[in-house]
Amino acid sequence: MSKSLLDINGLSKHFQLGGGRELKAVQNFTLDIKKGETVGLVGESGCGKTTAGRTIMRLYEPTAGSMIYDGVDIAKLSKRQFKAYRRRMQMIFQDPYASLNPRLTVLDIVGEALDIHGLAHGKAERKKRVEELLELVGLNAEHASRYPHEFSGGQRQRIGITRALAVNPEFVVCDEPISALDVSIQAQIINQLIDLQKQLGLTYLFVAHDLSMVKYVSDRVAVMYLGKIVELASSEELYDYPQHPYTKALLSAIPEPDPSAAREKERIVLSGDLPSPINPPSGCPFRTRCPAATEKCAAEVPELRETRPGHLAACHYA
Amino acid sequence: MTTMPDMTTMLEVKDLSVSFDVFGGEVQAIRNVSFDVKHGEAVAIVGESGSGKSVTAQTVMRLIAMPPGRVKNGEILFEGQDLLKLSEKDMQKIRGNKIGMIFQDPMTSLNPTMPVGKQISEGLVKHQGMSKSEAKERAVEMLKLVGIPTPEARYKQYPHEFSGGMRQRVMIAIALACNPSLLIADEPTTALDVTIQAQILRLMKRLQEQLGTSIILITHDLGIVADVCDRVMVMYAGQIVESGTTEEIFANPSHPYTRGLLNSLPKLSQRKDEPLVPIYGTPPDLIAPPKGCGFCDRCSFAMNICRTTHPEVTELGGSHQVRCWLQDPRAGQAAEQREVHA
Ligand SMILES: Nc1ncnc2c1ncn2[C@@H]1O[C@H](COP(=O)(O)OP(=O)(O)OP(=O)(O)O)[C@@H](O)[C@H]1O
Ligand SMILES: Nc1ncnc2c1ncn2[C@@H]1O[C@H](COP(=O)(O)OP(=O)(O)OP(=O)(O)O)[C@@H](O)[C@H]1O
Ligand code: SF4
Ligand code: SF4
Ligand SMILES: [Mg+2]
Ligand SMILES: [Mg+2]
Repeated sequence: MSKSLLDINGLSKHFQLGGGRELKAVQNFTLDIKKGETVGLVGESGCGKTTAGRTIMRLYEPTAGSMIYDGVDIAKLSKRQFKAYRRRMQMIFQDPYASLNPRLTVLDIVGEALDIHGLAHGKAERKKRVEELLELVGLNAEHASRYPHEFSGGQRQRIGITRALAVNPEFVVCDEPISALDVSIQAQIINQLIDLQKQLGLTYLFVAHDLSMVKYVSDRVAVMYLGKIVELASSEELYDYPQHPYTKALLSAIPEPDPSAAREKERIVLSGDLPSPINPPSGCPFRTRCPAATEKCAAEVPELRETRPGHLAACHYA
Repeated sequence: MTTMPDMTTMLEVKDLSVSFDVFGGEVQAIRNVSFDVKHGEAVAIVGESGSGKSVTAQTVMRLIAMPPGRVKNGEILFEGQDLLKLSEKDMQKIRGNKIGMIFQDPMTSLNPTMPVGKQISEGLVKHQGMSKSEAKERAVEMLKLVGIPTPEARYKQYPHEFSGGMRQRVMIAIALACNPSLLIADEPTTALDVTIQAQILRLMKRLQEQLGTSIILITHDLGIVADVCDRVMVMYAGQIVESGTTEEIFANPSHPYTRGLLNSLPKLSQRKDEPLVPIYGTPPDLIAPPKGCGFCDRCSFAMNICRTTHPEVTELGGSHQVRCWLQDPRAGQAAEQREVHA
């Protein structure tokens, strides 16, 4: 568990918006992911989780930073050189429908991935493999002959999962892989992902906003805010001793599946202006909504530092 | 309950069945679905993936492509008139105006070639007769309400420049901009983190309380159901298998599927070595739905009668109803009879 698989250092992705404006979607993202580990990545909508995942997969060109994968800096590779890593690194996309070719049947969508990497020999073997994979994610063999639009939202998402897992990857960026699924199937898929991890030693970067699920699947959790990692710790530690005021607010807002508790629960409701990555606040990115903000927070950027053993947080007062 | 709706009916769906004709046969997506929604009421539809929630919603909006889709039977009465009988032209006056819909899949329902702001203001000009500048002002305000920072700068951007959750919020802004009297929200907050989710739910609740908007909320998040909905319908394999007030369903889940659903929720205290309890097995193929109960292959209480005979609706008191032989007073008799004959 201790050997590093992907060591990301200072990764940034900025988008040019025209008129000389820049949107800093990911800034100085530093994370060392160990072999066989699951790192959860949480944070509010628009904070840069998908951009971080897509940049790691080289679907976006990094603006700065290095990513050492199995000894090689994949951030510096040409597109062609990176091809060799395409099978080893896979992504389950947040928007499954947009990433599935509407003109292909499921058999061909998943089969195509097998073909590209030469993983099935002959039609019969290809079909059998696809059907097996569909059953793993709770679909059935008959679904192989249907087209993406004939599926419900959750069924489509499982087709995306099938396609990513079909090629025996080592590292998978799971971008909200289960948020469109009902809880009973969530449990089925999560158990499946964990089983595969144990059997095949898979490594996951697991992007989600469901904090109870993230805690359950992850060994460590990174919390992002406005393009930056603001807290990083083992999942037990993070949930028991959150250090950053943003993480505390997130944890307090988890909905309760019980009507009497739901209507009583004490929530930290964040007020104040939502900051924009087009025009970020000075100092601490969270200061416009932080209940504990002081003048120092507007003047100085808090560095990510160890505030408890093995626990990093970016807050002046943590 | 916090908000007591006035009890006149806004939407009444009666005995609705919708099928799709596909290569392999007829997919019976929903079968004999009946429910109603009162003025100012929030009703949840929960249920397994593929159980027919979106098809139900899209049929109400008349958005199912026909063919391959086909309404086999049923009525959809909205403020007394049957939507299934309206011309497409009359339906357009209702859609996006009196009935707003938030779609499950934002990327496919947003126009990728039009700036997001314009997609919101378009409907305001068309349905509410606003001038272009009024509509723009309102659109910017809506973007702000759904928590998009620097909305003026974002107004001109295209959907692909937005994050997943931001696209979902644009959809919400489009649906709410016209102050619909019925809002159908299909998984409106799946891509949103809890803080923004809370903000959106507050916005929806406020609409419900201040303007008497009725809401149909499709979700798999039982936490949200508990938080915002007055009543719950549970769907399985194209049918409503249990319905009742939120309290009735949470305090006394009576269908084995509903119980399974409540049990598969992870708790914050759940440890990694303690596996989640899924409902084992897969839902039936809707091309050949089983003759008896759709859940029987996965149900640990299944009896002989469950395989042979479709369970009818049993009233459990209050507004609580279930389709399960366990709760049917005739089941014992039927089972005994079978033993006698065997
Ligand atoms: N155009 C279509 N052609 C064929 N089958 C379809 C079509 N649209 C939906 N279906 C089928 O109808 C059933 C119900 O689908 P629906 O989209 O209503 O599910 P859902 O309850 O919304 O699920 P989810 O939670 O995954 O979104 C599914 O089995 C689906 O495969
Ligand atoms: N292709 C792009 N061009 C311009 N801006 C972009 C692009 N992709 C993302 N952004 C911007 O980058 C920021 C981060 O977006 P990202 O999709 O990474 O967020 P996220 O954390 O995945 O959010 P969500 O939870 O809503 O999916 C957002 O402000 C978004 O508008
Ligand atoms: S640095 Fe200041 S503003 Fe930032 S989280 Fe800490 S207390 Fe809040
Ligand atoms: S009718 Fe029978 S099989 Fe169906 S849910 Fe009830 S007990 Fe289970
Ligand atoms: Mg995202
Ligand atoms: Mg759906």
